[in-house]
Amino acid sequence: MALTDASPIVTARLRHGDSHTLERYLATGGYDGLRRALRMEPEQVAEEVNAASLLGRGGAGFPAGRKWSMLRPSPVRYLVVNGDESEPATFKDHLLIERDPHGIIEGTLIAAYANQVTQAFIFVRGEFALGLERMQAALNEAYQHGAVGRDIFGSGFSVDVVVHPGAGAYIAGEETGLLESLEGKRAFPRIKPPYFPAAIGLYGEPTIANNTETMANLPWIVQHGGHAFAALGEGSSTGTRVFALSGHVRRPGNYELEMAKTTFRDLIFAPVLGGGIRHGRELKAFIPGGVSAPWFGPDQIDLPLDQDAVGKAGSMLGSGSVVVMDDQTCVVRAAWRIVRFFYRESCGQCTPCREGAGWIEKVVRRIEEGSGREQDLDLLLDVCDNIAPGLSWPPQQTTICVLGPSIPSSIVWAIRMFRDEFLVHIKEGACPYG
Amino acid sequence: MADTATAGPGGRPGNTETLSIVVDGRQVEARPGEMVIAAAERAGTYIPRFCYHPRMKPVGMCRMCLVEIRGPRGYSLQPACFVAVADGQEVRTTSDKVKKAQDGVLEFLLINHPLDCPVCDKGGECPLQDQTLAYGPGESRFVEEKRHFAKPIPISGLVDLDRERCIQCARCTRFADEHAGEPLINFIGRGDQLEVNTYPDHPFASYFSGNTVQICPVGALTAAPYRFRARPWDLEQVESTCTSCAVGCRVVVQSSSNRLTRYLGVDSDPVNQTWLCDKGRFDFEAVNSDDRVTHPLVRRGDELVEVSWDDALAAAAQGLAGVKHRGGPSAVGVIGGARLPNEDAYAWAKLAKGVLGTDSVDAQLGDGLPAEVVLGLPRATIDQACSADALVLLAPDLREELPVLFLRLREAAVERGVPVIELTAVPTAMTRYASASLTYGPGEVAALARALVAPETESAPAGDGEQPLDVARAILHRRDGQGPGADGDGVVVVLGRPSVAEADDMVDEAAAVLFGAWPEARFLPALRRSNVHGALDMGLAPGILPGRVGLDEARAWYTAAWGAVPEERGLDTAGMLSAAAEKRIEALVLLGADPLTDFPDRQLAQRGMAGATFVVAVDAFLNESSGQADVVLPAAMYAERSGTTTNVEGRISRLGQKVVGPGVTRPDWMIAAELAARLGGDLGMDTVDAVWDEIERVAPSHAGITRRLIGDPHAADGIVAPMPRVPVRLAVGTGRPGGAAPVHAGATDTGAGATQPAPGPIDPMATPGIGAIESQGIPNIAGAPPTANGEVPGIPSDVPADAGPAPRAGPPETQLPVAGPSQPGALEVGPPDVPSSADRPALVRFTPAKPRSVPAPDSYALRLVARHRLYDHGTLVQACPSLAPLAPSPGLRANPYDLDRLGVQTGGRVRVRGREALEMGVLADTDVPRGVAVIDLDLADDGAEDLIDSGRTVNDVRLETL
Repeated sequence: MALTDASPIVTARLRHGDSHTLERYLATGGYDGLRRALRMEPEQVAEEVNAASLLGRGGAGFPAGRKWSMLRPSPVRYLVVNGDESEPATFKDHLLIERDPHGIIEGTLIAAYANQVTQAFIFVRGEFALGLERMQAALNEAYQHGAVGRDIFGSGFSVDVVVHPGAGAYIAGEETGLLESLEGKRAFPRIKPPYFPAAIGLYGEPTIANNTETMANLPWIVQHGGHAFAALGEGSSTGTRVFALSGHVRRPGNYELEMAKTTFRDLIFAPVLGGGIRHGRELKAFIPGGVSAPWFGPDQIDLPLDQDAVGKAGSMLGSGSVVVMDDQTCVVRAAWRIVRFFYRESCGQCTPCREGAGWIEKVVRRIEEGSGREQDLDLLLDVCDNIAPGLSWPPQQTTICVLGPSIPSSIVWAIRMFRDEFLVHIKEGACPYG
Repeated sequence: MADTATAGPGGRPGNTETLSIVVDGRQVEARPGEMVIAAAERAGTYIPRFCYHPRMKPVGMCRMCLVEIRGPRGYSLQPACFVAVADGQEVRTTSDKVKKAQDGVLEFLLINHPLDCPVCDKGGECPLQDQTLAYGPGESRFVEEKRHFAKPIPISGLVDLDRERCIQCARCTRFADEHAGEPLINFIGRGDQLEVNTYPDHPFASYFSGNTVQICPVGALTAAPYRFRARPWDLEQVESTCTSCAVGCRVVVQSSSNRLTRYLGVDSDPVNQTWLCDKGRFDFEAVNSDDRVTHPLVRRGDELVEVSWDDALAAAAQGLAGVKHRGGPSAVGVIGGARLPNEDAYAWAKLAKGVLGTDSVDAQLGDGLPAEVVLGLPRATIDQACSADALVLLAPDLREELPVLFLRLREAAVERGVPVIELTAVPTAMTRYASASLTYGPGEVAALARALVAPETESAPAGDGEQPLDVARAILHRRDGQGPGADGDGVVVVLGRPSVAEADDMVDEAAAVLFGAWPEARFLPALRRSNVHGALDMGLAPGILPGRVGLDEARAWYTAAWGAVPEERGLDTAGMLSAAAEKRIEALVLLGADPLTDFPDRQLAQRGMAGATFVVAVDAFLNESSGQADVVLPAAMYAERSGTTTNVEGRISRLGQKVVGPGVTRPDWMIAAELAARLGGDLGMDTVDAVWDEIERVAPSHAGITRRLIGDPHAADGIVAPMPRVPVRLAVGTGRPGGAAPVHAGATDTGAGATQPAPGPIDPMATPGIGAIESQGIPNIAGAPPTANGEVPGIPSDVPADAGPAPRAGPPETQLPVAGPSQPGALEVGPPDVPSSADRPALVRFTPAKPRSVPAPDSYALRLVARHRLYDHGTLVQACPSLAPLAPSPGLRANPYDLDRLGVQTGGRVRVRGREALEMGVLADTDVPRGVAVIDLDLADDGAEDLIDSGRTVNDVRLETL
């Protein structure tokens, strides 16, 4: 496999320094997708999205069109755009929010029209100070431009959009936690079932919750047709995706690539992409889809960037963030840093996550600091098993939301892949990497 | 109206449909909508839990109840408290996977739990402790440092919080939010730093805070009055009924070393559904008070000196006999008796009316309603009120006076959408839950009632539909079949005295309007004094004889039963105090009454007390009034005597004796019997049981309510008098709470709340502290325990089963087995099995008094609204060290418009001139309508009672700047 020459969809405009302004947006075909959509029947728009097989870009990878089709009939429907991107190593929405807010707004409006929603919310992570400023400014411009609000472009369709800043909790990015937060409550994720807010969502009404990148794809899909989108990629992994590459590569950053046509090796080593491992070191391990995903070793580097293929190989493409670890990485420390994040971000609602995350974090830190005991490894695996019974992938869970099974991933796979390294920490009473 | 006969527990609309689920391979019947955890429990499979509480919405937080439930993709772990049953659903509760998950959750809960059980109040009755024993690991694998918080921290005057012990189950936060409507405690922080706490500057100042202590599954919330006082295994307990107010909440009374230590709410489905108010929960401190009168006292000059019972009774008898000899029977008046159990009230009624011969007897102190109104209107149960098609409130602030009734009605409005129409002079705690809150000026309630019931006209004002009166009338005239009938069928009126500064005949007249327009409506009287409804039933009211009959109508009946009845109708309390002031009454007997502080017209009370030449006080405390008495007879208090009490519904339930009173205190009925003997009469009573047997035999409204019936475990929630005219079965196979829907042989046509399930096994996780102790004590009403098949051996109702000495020497706890799901049979409650007698007098019917005119308001004055508060400066509250500081100091609240107009500064002090003049603080309150001043009764110095002239229809006050 190799790089394809498919042109970027959601990052095309970003080469311009003023890509966030309405002026540049209009100059680069902005809001044409919306105008075209408004001339279509809402069902036709939804059909294009269905034909595109657009997978949700938030992490779960559920087809957006199918999500929309589950929307319960109701006089009140909401659309919530999830821009609460808060996971370490995931920074693709951050880029789009800051650099192409109009693209997200246009996508939001298309989705609102397709689903006949009259109120939409764009929930932006509170720490994105510049992003929030630009998103709000763009929304104000869009209102002035007649693209949002009453009787959009004279079409008779009206929808209001509100930009809502998050208050600093990762868990508010969980779909139902986000709805609770929007309602003014603590971001305690809701118990499933109901599995989808399409049945009971914001304020108990049917609601669509989609990722920002998902929204950003919609103008292109409407302009070029769902089949053109589906022609990119392979199988269920259609279109392009922004991969957030970080870790020990020479050129970390966001890369929009045609799905399935490219491999992890391409992403990490291609000179125009990751550029290889920095300082000329060797690849030790990589995480293919965000820090809640099971780890891969060098032997899995030729897997394609394909949702199904990665899933079959025992991990997930998730949020599309790829973390690369070189051979000088202490995996104990890496796993601890990841579990510390989940520990700090556990909402505390349900017992296994609230108590288990802290317990695991303390034990792994103790091992890293040189006070580990040999039985700690089995203890860790068993405690992890009490959060994600079976320690399999995809995981089962004893918790309310998927933050629970995110906790064990890094620990379990680090121990499975590098048990010896843990034992060295324990036997030597210190971290071999200093 | 929703027929109570088809209503399930709590009056929820009954659903006879069932479906079946499979629990561990066993087919189990379930009700649509219920959760797997409840269905499994009823079928005998107990799924461990912490956050689940049958009286609250599930949250699925603790994860202890994880079970495997089969879905489209096979079995997966699901919280049994959060998954509703579905037909054919397959559930595994004991698989290895379930066991591992549950063990894991328990281990997680324990890692940060301090394990300070030896010094924790909850130790010994702790759900976490018990479940750890049952399901948990033997040793901890956690070697890290535990989470630490400063502890304990007081979150109110009554509740301490230990955040280290908290397991974040959200029971307390849900109770405060969902049930009390006061979300003053909530989660703060996140992850393992998640804590329950109050908000800055907002303490957990709720009348219901003690409930959170009771349902806390660990020792995180503890009650200051109980903290470190006892260990659960040292507690003895008896089930009883709270008499702090007239709701009649079922409680468990616990003691240690003959001192009361704690009350816990019992889940009585038709009444309190677990909850208590803090006054009821903590006022046992008054019983334990060192200020109790423990020995009889007789006045020698200016002093009261201790004497023997013989001397004191002789002095009382001599004084009363002398007055009767000089001035006739009508020169004696008896005030009070609302705190007496039914038996004691009956004994005193028989003494006053049958032996002394006076009809001037009144259990109410000028702050209630005439007995004919209370007894004569068709009565509603609380469940009926909670399922009414329209609930009309013409009552005081229920949260202040009948707190748990407020909880029930609030829940009905919030959770079940019962439309509430409130008629009030000033906003109450119910106002925010009312569909329509109609405001009237003091004295104008009858006019408002007339407007409310006016027939629907075609020319209804269009476009003006948002006015509260229009909203109210729209509720009453719904056309979709869901509304009440034109004859008032489906309407329940909660009727009380909204303000004691308005004469009771204002309410009387409004009640007449409502009853006239709605002959099929039912009324729930909202009188607050503990057993005032029992006292009225037992004849402690002028013109009334025991069993809800009128003096004239029942003259022949009671002459036959008692030998004599008063010649003519007597006076109520206000009348007696006036008569005493004018020397027409010479002797006053105060039955636990303190008119000098508790009568809403202090000047009249002072003149009356000063005018009486001989005063006998039967009381537990020396208060303003009993301190002036010539003879003080020390009475036993709550939990020191057995008997029965009657609540707002007319529900008769048992009182348990738990401790022996201090000194030589005696129950009131015994004092009456001894006094009668010295007055040449014989009440024919030698045990409290014998008194009840006589009541059942004699009092027409109580016919058929035998001791055997009241003592039956199926009737633990009480029996509503009078008996239903059509048989009703008390179901078995049900537990508290949320037991099976009762099975009924027939409908009740009297509103007798005889549809409650029998008491079942108590879930120790739902009511920690009750279930954890083995003995679910049955009060010592003599009666043989039910046999294995659930039958209660008959006791001839006219023969005292226990003619032994009075129960003074400790509680002989008769341990009756608690009816459980396995107990077959049922108890049928039918029409009274008494020979029909033409002599038996008919029950009192409501006849309205003549309306009086109300003077026009004076633009320089404000019309007074005077109300009781839950905590006041009266004797009982002030005898409780924990509650005493909670009493607010009285002040005046008025609309800022009026204060501006009258040149009064808010926040300052003002002289208020009514009957007397008082200085007090002033607060502007936009909720108070213009022209009205709100001042609380204080039951001590400087309250509204100083301003009120009880003879007026309304009272006005003038404000003078200082």
